Formats: sequence, C-alpha cells, structure tokens
Amino acid sequence: MAELMYREALNQALAEEMERDANVFLIGEEVGRYQGAFKVSQGLLDRFGSARVIDAPISELGFAGLGVGAAMVGLRPVVEMMTWNFAILAMDQIVNNAAKLRHMSGGQLRCPIVFRGPGGAGGRLSSQHSQALESNYAHFPGLKVIAPATPADAKGLLKSAIRDDNPIIMIEGERLYALKGEVPEGEHIIPIGKADVKREGKDVSIITWSRMYYFCEEAAKQLEAEGISVEILDLRTLRPLDEEAILATVRKTNRAVIVEEGWPLAGVGASVVDIIQSKAFDELDAPVLRVTGLDVNMSYAANLENAIQPDAPKIIAAVKKVLYREGA
Amino acid sequence: MASKYSKDLLLTMYRKMYLMRRFEERAGQQYGLGKIAGFCHLYIGQEAVAAGVEAAIRPDDYMLSGYRDHAQPLARGSDAGMVMAELFGRTGGYSKGKGGSMHIFDIENHFYGGYGIVGAQIGLAAGMAFASRYRNEDRVTVCYFGDAAANQGIFHETLNMAAKWKLPVLYICENNRYGMGTAIARVAAVPEIHKRGDAYGIRHEAADGMDVLKMYESVKDAVEYIRAGNGPVLMEANTYRFRGHSMADPATYRTKQEVEDERKNDPIPRLKDYAIKQGLAKEEEFDAIEAEVKEQVDAAVKFADESPEPSLDELWKDTIVEEGEEDVRPRERVLGVKVTRWPKYPSGQELKVTWDLEPREQAEKADKAAGLKR
Ligand SMILES: Cc1ncc(C[n+]2csc(CCOP(=O)(O)OP(=O)(O)O)c2C)c(N)n1
Repeated sequence: MAELMYREALNQALAEEMERDANVFLIGEEVGRYQGAFKVSQGLLDRFGSARVIDAPISELGFAGLGVGAAMVGLRPVVEMMTWNFAILAMDQIVNNAAKLRHMSGGQLRCPIVFRGPGGAGGRLSSQHSQALESNYAHFPGLKVIAPATPADAKGLLKSAIRDDNPIIMIEGERLYALKGEVPEGEHIIPIGKADVKREGKDVSIITWSRMYYFCEEAAKQLEAEGISVEILDLRTLRPLDEEAILATVRKTNRAVIVEEGWPLAGVGASVVDIIQSKAFDELDAPVLRVTGLDVNMSYAANLENAIQPDAPKIIAAVKKVLYREGA
Repeated sequence: MASKYSKDLLLTMYRKMYLMRRFEERAGQQYGLGKIAGFCHLYIGQEAVAAGVEAAIRPDDYMLSGYRDHAQPLARGSDAGMVMAELFGRTGGYSKGKGGSMHIFDIENHFYGGYGIVGAQIGLAAGMAFASRYRNEDRVTVCYFGDAAANQGIFHETLNMAAKWKLPVLYICENNRYGMGTAIARVAAVPEIHKRGDAYGIRHEAADGMDVLKMYESVKDAVEYIRAGNGPVLMEANTYRFRGHSMADPATYRTKQEVEDERKNDPIPRLKDYAIKQGLAKEEEFDAIEAEVKEQVDAAVKFADESPEPSLDELWKDTIVEEGEEDVRPRERVLGVKVTRWPKYPSGQELKVTWDLEPREQAEKADKAAGLKR
C-alpha cells in the first residue's frame, strides 16, 4: 500500500471520482491555477480542464449557491471552502437551501453536493481563522457531516461523499494535510455513518474524531505505560452519529471520555453524552466526561493558544478521573 | 393594421392570466376561511409578467422564483388542484403539504421552486444555468426575484459569476415598487434595478410588466440573445401588486389613489380589449374561457379540501435520500397521471464536457502579460 499524505489521499479521491463520473466538478477559490490553497487539487486543472476545475471569485455565498443549483439538476459539485471559517458566509445556501430542498419539494429533488475544506484550530491564526465548526452543521437535518482523521479515511469518505445523493459537509483537518498514512489504491470506500475503533482497549473508551484522535493516541500510549488500557473510537461521521458503535464501546469498557476540539456548549460531544446516558446508563461505572476546547475565542499568543486546545495531559487527567485514579 | 399576434397566442396568454387571477382570489378567500395559513403572498396585478415570460420561453427551460410563487407554476402548466392542496398543507400538494405557500416545486414542468429567503434563488439559478452549459444543452434558466432582493449580496456575487462565465440565465426582477412596506426608492441607491447590470457588463433592460404583449416581446428577444451564447440578461419588469405584501398586510404604506391608478393598468382587461379591437376574438370566446377557468379553480379548491392531511410517518421522509430510493413523481403519486416530462439527466459516462470556462490560451496570455510562468 502506498504511503500518502492526507492531502494526497483527498487529491486521489477527487481525481478518481472525476474520472469515473463527468458530472463531478470542483469549484472554489484557488482550486485551479494556484493548485489549491492547501494543494488538495494539485494537478486537477491540467487533467480535467477549466470547466471542471473552476477558480471561483471570493464569493462564498455565491459559489455555494451556484453549486447547489447545479446539484438540483443532477451535476455532482464538490465545493471547496478555502477554510470552514469562510464558509460561514455561505451558511444560507448550505443550510436554508441544500439541507432543505428535498423536504420542501416533498421528495422531488435531490442535492448531491459535497462542501469540503479544512477546519480546526491552531497555527497561530487567532480567532477568525482558527475554530472547529462541525457542531454548527451537525445540527441540521438534511446534511451529513464527516470529519476523517487519517489519510485512508479521508480518501474513502470523500469517495462515498461524492457518490452520495445528499448534501455532505466534509471537514478536513487543516493541520492534518501533511500527515502520512497508508492509503489503499483505487476503489477504497468508507461508508458514511460508520465509526471506527482505532485502538482496542478494555478499561475506558475515548470517543473522538479528526485531529483530536492523535492527542488521544498519545494519551493512550502514556496511559498504557501506567497499566490503563484505552479503547479509541473515531466517530468519522458526526451526522448521523454511529449510535451502535458508541454504545458498543461503552458496554465494553463501562467508562467514557469524549474529546472534542470545539467549544463545550452545544458541541457534538454533548450529543454523544446524551446517547450514552439515555441508552447505556446502567452500563456506566462513572460519569462521562468531556474534554473540549475552552469556552473562549482563540488567541494568537502561543501559550494561550495551547491552553485553549485539548491535549494529551488534559485527556489523561479526564481518563484518570473516570477511573477514580489519583492525580485526577 | 392586422395584429402580428396569433389568436391562439392571445387566448393562451389570456387564459393563463385569468387562471392566475382567479386562483389567487380564491387563495385569498381560503386564507380568510383559515384553510391556508402561514404567509400567503398573492401575485394579483403581476400576471402579465408570468404570462408574457411563459409564452416566450420553452417548456423545458428551467424556472425558479421567490416566495410569491403560486402563479408562475400555473402559467407553466402545473395542476391548480395540486398547488391549492399544497397551500392547504395536504398530501395532494406538490410537496405533500411540507413546503406550503412559499415552496411550490413542480419538477415535471421544470419549476424548481419558490424560496423563502429573499434573493436565495438567484444563486441557484446560476448553478442550473451552469449545468445546462456543462451539458451542452441550450436551455435557459429563468429566475424571478423582487426589487428588494436585488439589494442582497447573493445578487451581486452571482451576477458577477454569471457574467464572467456567460451563463444562460434570464434574471427577471419583478419590480412592484415595494419590499414589504418599504418603497424601493427609500432603500436603493439606484432604484432602476436593471441598471445594475452595467456593473457586471451584462445586457439589461426595463420591460413593461403591466402589458403582457410588451413583456412577451422583451423576453422573446432576451431569450434569443441568451440561447445564442451571449450570457445573462437582467430584465426589470415594472409591475404592481394590487394587494398587500401578504395576506397579513393591510398595505397602509401606500395611498388608495395610487392603487386605484395602477388598477387602471390591469393587464387582464387590457389584453381582452386589445384582442377584441383587433377583431381577433369575440367577447363570447372570453366568456367561455372565464367560465372554464372558474370551474377549474372550483375543482382545485374541492380537490384541496378533500385531500387528506399527511400522516405522521411523513415526518421522517424526504429529508435524506436513502440508498436506492426512487424519486417521487408528484402527479403520478397524486393524480395517477403518467408523467412524461420528468427530466432525465445524462449519467457521467455519457456526458462529454467540452466547454472551456477559461480557455487556456487566454489564461496563458494573461499570465504572460503579468510576467508569470505557469
Ligand atoms: C433574507 C430575508 N430577509 C427578510 C425577509 C422577510 N421578507 C420577506 S418578503 C420581504 C420583501 C421582499 O420584497 P421583494 O424582494 O421586492 O419582493 P416582493 O415581495 O415585492 O415580490 C421581506 C423583507 C426574508 N424572507 N428573507
């Protein structure tokens, strides 16, 4: 299997799907001649031409709407948002149109569109360029939300998303683009809606997604050295949530910590807690804890930026707390 | 001088306008009876626009509108009973009662919806027009919106792209002079909306939205221009709504005199007078059309009344497309009528994309001029 960077895996998925189906096109700022702000679309313009790899003006609302309109009549647009921070300008088209078209038309319309781009905090970019916004989209019926952690998942999920007949929100890890991993060639599909046990363990479950997975791994390794066996469930899809997988891991370990990059209030993790306490309360040996970003805006200062985000020590502390261990 | 219009054209346009008028009057009445709820934005006064447009375009051209969207689909050929049932919130409606007054969709007749967010359909229309070009189809997309919608960001963002990429879209601003209670001149720096086309270098013009024949001529010309590959047109149809913004609006922001003056321009009797004066049709022929339409609208109300409310399990349908799920053809579902005009799109394998959005030579020239190497 080839070792690919996360961005290369996405590039491969895009190229393969564009090859497979001429209805698929890519539109976004700098996706063409600049080769992508994060180089995800490298080489695609030369391969597929300017009608299928489209450099959009800086008009997030406008080109999101254009994509939705094209999807309404059967094209399969992939709309790249330079980052999800800017997609806030396109919220109306994503939420009020894409998510609701099928409903408002009583099932007459489908909207097979993928909105994708990097999300997440870090990189000393301060408040407006540094936020994890997935819970915003997970809130809306009519959308599916995916957030892969590994290059292989990124490829497999993007391929599924492009083939799906529903509007998909794909939040990539801005800080994961250069990360390498094994990626199967060709037809590699990860179903939307299925979580993945990334690490088997028996004492406690950590439930997470996207970049936070790596902090969880780091924490799990350190905890293992102390004799604590951690299971890590990577949700991969945030809407719909894989309830079965969440309940299965909790039934196995009887303890859970949820790690989420975004803010605590109304976060996706809050819904995971809700699923656990309402459907597996009797299985729990301790309250479920959440490790989230702090409830503040992101700072530029390096020390503040670090303090705001979850990290391995915070995760370790939470795990020890649900295990009623010392130092928690 | 003999009229240059055929009798058939005039009578067809008349029948459509009369249907829109009677339908909306009955809708207003049903709102008063509590059978229609929510907002109910009537089109009364603006009929010449929809009838003129419809006569000038092809049935397979795409169309979208805002929330004032009961009448335009009727002009397209939508079933009056199914539109009324939608207003009633019943299963017999185009969206099974889930969309209501502001969201009429009739895909069979290529009416791609009414939208409740002011201006939002302007972006969608560009995407549909984009798809036509992408597939080498010579369809035009017609997009209606109000004067107030022209102040939304999406209008400007979209016109820029539509112009740059020469998308085959006809933007029709129905300027009825008010956005809810706000006269357009109070909020628009340039109240002649069509002039904004200059900012994007596209063809733009004003049309008489109270005269169906003038409307027809303007649109015919514009659509020819668009179909020839010249890009979008921004047309401002100057029109007037005789009623309030919605059924909930007593319209106290304009004078009785103003409304009375405008009513003298009523496009419906105007067309009738013209046809009779030209000797193209007789009074009795109009009487017959009116009687037929009245019956059609009575039947529509009856159909809506008798149609059941949706069952609760409908709540869980039509949000996400499940794998292998078939599309719903509403007329087949509701009336048992075989649908023939349901759009069929080419699969990805059949499709050849030949369009160059930004021809390479051009791009390279621009690079060279800027001293860049690719
Ligand atoms: C984004 C948004 N803002 C405000 C409203 C409330 N609203 C509904 S209709 C309307 C006036 C729009 O007028 P215009 O676009 O001229 O269309 P007309 O009603 O005259 O046909 C307003 C303000 C809305 N539906 N959407």
